[in-house]
Amino acid sequence: LDRMKRMKENEEDSTSSPSVNQSETCKRIRPEDGEEPVAEGGSAAPGCDWARLPQELLLHIFQYLPLLDRAYASQVCRGWNQAFHMPELWRCFEFELNQPASSYLKATHPDLIKQIIKRHSNHLQYVSFKVDSSTESAEAACDILSQLVNCSLKTLGLISTARPSFMEVPKSHFISALTVVFVNSKSLSSLKIDDTPVDDPSLKVLVANNSDTLKLLKMSSCPHVSPAGILCVADQCHGLRELALNYHLLSDELLLALSSEKHVHLEHLRIDVVSENPGQHFHTIKKSSWDAMVRHSPKFNLVMYFFLYEEEFGPFFNDEIPVTHLYFGRSVSKEVLGRVGLHCPRLVELVVCANGLRPLDEELIRIAKHCTQLSAIGLGECEVSCSAFVEFVKMCGRRLSQLSIMEEVLIPDHKYSLDEIHWEVSKHLGRVWFPDMMPTW
Amino acid sequence: KNLPIIIFNINVWALGALWGLRMVVNTIHWFRKGLRLHDNAALRDSIRGSDSLRCIYILDPWFAGSSNVGINRWRFLLQCLEDLDASLRKLNSRLFVIRGQPTDVFPRLFKEWQINRLSYEYDSEPFGKERDAAIQKLASEAGVELMVRISHTLYNLDKIIELNQGQPPLTYKRFQGLINHMEAVELPTETITADVIRTCLTPISDDHDDKYGVPSLEELGFETEGLTTAVWPGGETEALMRLERHLERKAWVANFERPRMNANSLLASPTGLSPYLRFGCLSCRLFYFKLTDLYKKVKKNSTPPLSLYGQLLWREFFYTTATNNPCFDKMDGNPVCVQIPWDRNREALAKWAEGRTGFPWIDAIMTQLRQEGWIHHLARHAVACFLTRGDLWISWEEGMKVFEELLLDADWSVNAGSWMWLSCSSFFQQFFRCYCPVGFGRRTDPNGDFIRRYLPILRTYPAKYIYDPWNAPEDVQKAAKCIIGLHYPKPMVNHAEASRINIERMKQIYQQLSSYRGLVFNMLSSPAAPCPLPHFKIFIHFSVTTSCPILSVTVSLR
Repeated sequence: LDRMKRMKENEEDSTSSPSVNQSETCKRIRPEDGEEPVAEGGSAAPGCDWARLPQELLLHIFQYLPLLDRAYASQVCRGWNQAFHMPELWRCFEFELNQPASSYLKATHPDLIKQIIKRHSNHLQYVSFKVDSSTESAEAACDILSQLVNCSLKTLGLISTARPSFMEVPKSHFISALTVVFVNSKSLSSLKIDDTPVDDPSLKVLVANNSDTLKLLKMSSCPHVSPAGILCVADQCHGLRELALNYHLLSDELLLALSSEKHVHLEHLRIDVVSENPGQHFHTIKKSSWDAMVRHSPKFNLVMYFFLYEEEFGPFFNDEIPVTHLYFGRSVSKEVLGRVGLHCPRLVELVVCANGLRPLDEELIRIAKHCTQLSAIGLGECEVSCSAFVEFVKMCGRRLSQLSIMEEVLIPDHKYSLDEIHWEVSKHLGRVWFPDMMPTW
Repeated sequence: KNLPIIIFNINVWALGALWGLRMVVNTIHWFRKGLRLHDNAALRDSIRGSDSLRCIYILDPWFAGSSNVGINRWRFLLQCLEDLDASLRKLNSRLFVIRGQPTDVFPRLFKEWQINRLSYEYDSEPFGKERDAAIQKLASEAGVELMVRISHTLYNLDKIIELNQGQPPLTYKRFQGLINHMEAVELPTETITADVIRTCLTPISDDHDDKYGVPSLEELGFETEGLTTAVWPGGETEALMRLERHLERKAWVANFERPRMNANSLLASPTGLSPYLRFGCLSCRLFYFKLTDLYKKVKKNSTPPLSLYGQLLWREFFYTTATNNPCFDKMDGNPVCVQIPWDRNREALAKWAEGRTGFPWIDAIMTQLRQEGWIHHLARHAVACFLTRGDLWISWEEGMKVFEELLLDADWSVNAGSWMWLSCSSFFQQFFRCYCPVGFGRRTDPNGDFIRRYLPILRTYPAKYIYDPWNAPEDVQKAAKCIIGLHYPKPMVNHAEASRINIERMKQIYQQLSSYRGLVFNMLSSPAAPCPLPHFKIFIHFSVTTSCPILSVTVSLR
């Protein structure tokens, strides 16, 4: 308060809000935040001086304001400007890097970026970079990263909002920028580096500095990482709870490492199975490795996204697999869905984008029977007879909280027409239900 | 504001009544959409008591949006105008085509023709309402009586909105629910015949064709050499003929279910009606009642389900959601549109628009669109998904503009609304459903005849490879005399990679929305862009941990 008094006496040229009476002193600060009734255009009510709110209150209020409004507020007077720069307000920041030629969205102002690096880099703890599809944006992100030498980050996210532009940055530039963060932030807990050119050596650096604290690692589609590289992470970072990677990095050793005694319970494992060209070969994971995972972390979610050609599913679903969330992004055959029904007892969520023109009646019923945890299902370009569908819903009952079926999927038969089916299904679900519709011109 | 709007200029009638004189009534009927003589309530009502009638069409190339109009749309419009002119000729009248902007044209005409009555069909679209407000002002200043009637939509859209507490319904289900509570659709008005016109004259000058004739495509500056005959001929006559055929076919099939999609559905149908509904050559109410009558006849008087009118109701739905939202066709400043960080890529957009993506299914559809002006609605889903959330991650606004140029039945509301829907930018559409640019086509038309027809360069490819010719072995490509990368482009994206990335993007966006539980879903960026739609809250629930939901973006509208 004394500091503010002194500042007030010194400020001659800085603007102040019109409701402040310069000569008044603040006798009593009310504890409510920001709800002071101020007389319209006149002098402030007695006992209320906006310029003299204590910093703690200002901080509290500023935390509710979006950045732009906060920046405007910081122009009002020196006191508010100081509050704007308090470390607590700079713990989280999202750098938005866009070029007008490749994005409709605005970018974080370069001057603001400069200011942050100059004044607040040692306050930053939770940082993310959102870049558009241009290489310049990704390079700008790397430049900023390289300058965060005083940072001790807890969270770092590198997010491409369109095409993966980090992959266009020269690998060495990216790696050196990332290494700056890994070396300086000894308590990284959450790291999102999907679609980047991260490699095995940089993962070693990550592990060397952050093995005690790392909890979350998302690195889908990082083509320069090998199974050995990720195994190193699993071996050393025993606190890892969430991991996202591509199938080619998955190995029996990795699963065993994640199930070792020293390792905490894994909560979430996401695996992307992506085929670049038809006829690609995929290795198999032993059932025993999955069993070890389930024994060690009985509640963990196994999320699998499949983007394969129909004929590439050979290695999958031949044995029991503890998958909980299954997404088929391309057409998947009836036969494979039949195997899913047999071998996925923990299944909670199933999404099938496309199947083909033969009804999936049997397969769905089998899934209803064996996948007793199933609570969400989505069917796109598939076919199911209305009767089989009703049977499916009847068997699942009220546990189906998500039922997203395209109208075209349901084939009317002698028992049910499209108009009748939604009543039947609603009855069994215990809530009003309709299939999803698409506009017809 | 109660429609039908009848704005009287009190002075005119009072004066007439006072002096016991009957005023000579000179009427202009202004055609914009509603290019027909059947079910045209505004025209029908304005003829009553009129001494002279002139039906006009104003060619206003500067009207918002219409500058982006391709040759097929112009040709269709001109054919509609020719048809109107021919029909009016049979009634000893003519169509007057006038070039210019309405705000310039009307004061001149009011004076020249001594006009004291103006009629037109109500236009619910925001720009239409703005334009008409200006004309209303001019009319009242000139002492011209205004007659406006609703006949482009089944219902009075403002009443639907009123029924929904002043907000437009944002889900189709909700809309259907409201429809169930609306009063019955009004019957179509009687067609304009010689009996209706009776003593109402049209002064026609000798030089009418020169001054007011329907222009040709050449006169409008189009190159018509090599232009094939229209697959979709414009005009009310054609529309009514198609309606009869459409109903005949339905009666013959005796099946009112949604027709199953097959290879044939992709081709232009002689019973297709959507362009005629858009231009108003066919009255939606006439279609509605004819469908109802047929259903009752075939199904022995049972009540028709709402699904019977699917095509008409979707159209009505988009009109309703758009009518009070001038920003409806944009992402920025549009309160019903999710802000998605689309990519800006002019080259990629051009490849898509010109049918050079390297995916035959997509390219054939875009070729049909450009050549004929119509594509099947599932084909629209396929190309829209490919452009936006499926593969190219380009803004739906760009796709909408291309459709506006090329698609005969794309009017402002339906086009913008459909693009938002298909790109998962609005209307709570689930985003997991991705259409494969290879598989979807292959399942619809296994032999690939559609592709052979519109992409002759691929004609000799075997069915096995025609959807993904880049996977064909070299000898197959050589035998088909079409090397991929040389005679036909290589695929512009890797679909598996692109769709994987994009589904992740969509998830990120919707996840961000969910973390703002209870935040007002207000996309207004600045007070300078007023959008009268009220705020509403959206709560997004996930069925599993927030770090990795796949499906579960159910959004409940509070």
